[in-house]
Amino acid sequence: MEWLVAILDFIGQQILNVPAYLIGIITAIGLIALRRSAGQVIGGGLKAALGFLILGAGAGVVIASLDPLGELVLAVTGAQGVIPTNEVITAIAAEQYGAQGAYILTLGFIVMLILARFTPLHYIFLTGHHMVFMSIMLTVVLSVGLGESGQWAVVPLGAILVGVIMVVMPAFAQPWTRKITGDDTIAIGHFGTLGYIAAGASGQAVGRRSHSTEAINFPQGLRFLRDSMVATALSMVLIYWVFAIWGLIVLPLDEALGIFGSADVGAYIMAAFGSALQFGVGVAIILFGVRTVLGELVPAFQGIADKVVPGAKPALDIPIVFPYGPNAVLIGFIFSFIGGLVTLGIIAAWLNPVFGLALILPGMVPHFFTGGGAGVYGNATGGRVGAMVGGFVNGVLITILPALLLLVFGELGFENSTFGDADFGWFGALIGSSFLGGPVLGIVVSLLIAIILVVAASIFQRKVVDTGWTPGKRRDEYLAAQEAEAKADETASVGAAASEPAQTRAEAKAQAEGESKPDNT
Amino acid sequence: MKIITVCGMGIGTSVLLKMNAEKALRGLGVDADVEAADIGTARGAARTAEIVLTSADLADEIGDVPAKVIVINNFTNTEEITSKLTEALS
Repeated sequence: MEWLVAILDFIGQQILNVPAYLIGIITAIGLIALRRSAGQVIGGGLKAALGFLILGAGAGVVIASLDPLGELVLAVTGAQGVIPTNEVITAIAAEQYGAQGAYILTLGFIVMLILARFTPLHYIFLTGHHMVFMSIMLTVVLSVGLGESGQWAVVPLGAILVGVIMVVMPAFAQPWTRKITGDDTIAIGHFGTLGYIAAGASGQAVGRRSHSTEAINFPQGLRFLRDSMVATALSMVLIYWVFAIWGLIVLPLDEALGIFGSADVGAYIMAAFGSALQFGVGVAIILFGVRTVLGELVPAFQGIADKVVPGAKPALDIPIVFPYGPNAVLIGFIFSFIGGLVTLGIIAAWLNPVFGLALILPGMVPHFFTGGGAGVYGNATGGRVGAMVGGFVNGVLITILPALLLLVFGELGFENSTFGDADFGWFGALIGSSFLGGPVLGIVVSLLIAIILVVAASIFQRKVVDTGWTPGKRRDEYLAAQEAEAKADETASVGAAASEPAQTRAEAKAQAEGESKPDNT
Repeated sequence: MKIITVCGMGIGTSVLLKMNAEKALRGLGVDADVEAADIGTARGAARTAEIVLTSADLADEIGDVPAKVIVINNFTNTEEITSKLTEALS
């Protein structure tokens, strides 16, 4: 029997404990279940494993580029500076927590299928990278909370929590999502959802009479920021230079130059520039890895979901709503960024000295994607004002929540990156703090949280979503009435002779529309 | 034949579009290699591909490439993808 133990030990330790192989095997199983050809199964599995290894390579580059920045921020402000970037912290955490994370991902997917099948929450979460991020985030929080003796509970508890959050968040956002897309065929499956709901609700509160953002002729110049490589590199150059110059002013020259090991000021400034670009390089490598894994894993997952829960609503990544409000995306992004900067100021002036919260520096990518989404949600209920306020609220949330999340992250809390989007923050901090009273109480409390979420979301689905509640109905009625009034005025004042001006007006309007949406031409 | 699907980060909606394009291609009986790409590398990837699938706003940014750029309005609508691919392939 000894050889059997040796073989099982080998499989357990050398294969199933290595995240990359595990992901490859899971992908291959998924592809086998879909009856793909042997070539596709082997190729897909191998590609997923390689993609995961690429993550690790990118993490090394990013960490090397972040180290001097962390040192610099600490030297000039006395506080820890953190740039929330999901891909980066996932790649860093995967080395230690990757295997457990992969089990949580797979079992969590099964929990989601069960919930989607047997509760009113018929949503299939298909945003693969967010599934991966959420699984890794919970692995970290639970491993820290459960301690050495409770490690056995990390995977089952994590799987339940991931499965729950994947079906409840799309349900809570559905009234707003439906209002944006105009039909009920898709849902949003993205862990910035708290920000989107907050944007939809605050937009409704403030933008009672505001017109849609899409009527504005907006400069399209900021579009290039949608290119994540450009956005990341640019924002990192700015952040690096702000702190590098700050360092030159407040630190003794030798100490400042020593951080990059530079000979003179010129070399120091360019070393900061180079490190910032290296960060962009690292993120690009990690994204390539994520893309390689997900290109294989998500189709396998979706194929299985289609068979198990036919007719469920796919919950998709946030850019799916961007075409419904391209201007709102830009407004939301800008105001989210402003919200992030204001909140950073509050943390630096008050929350860091008093509570020791880390300085959350604005990451361009989370602000663009979640801020843009918040802009679209805010616009749907509150027009221009709604998009501005919604973006701002999102910016506040994605700055304060990551700071709270770091508190329950144990040793990883000292890295210079963390998870950026709102739901990682509130869910992680909530689950993490339920373990303050010890592992046993923590398990009970987090299971209770899971049950409450499912029950609350089911009630919300039945009473609010299924009954067809539309947020911001009053504003719609007001705008419709105003439009009708304007039309009535027009016909009254222009009278019989004025078919010509009315026509020019219509032409002008058509032209303006054409300009505001050049994509359609 | 190589087809690329493009979104901002190349990991979310482009993967969805890739899956639905693969579904459409299977329906058409066409053997093609579909890959997801982000907007930053799309121009490069488009040099070796025959067809690029993306949304209206990103199509502008991809600009002039040797590949045929097709705008898909609804990424989840396999019928739209099938009809546009059929048109492009004929």
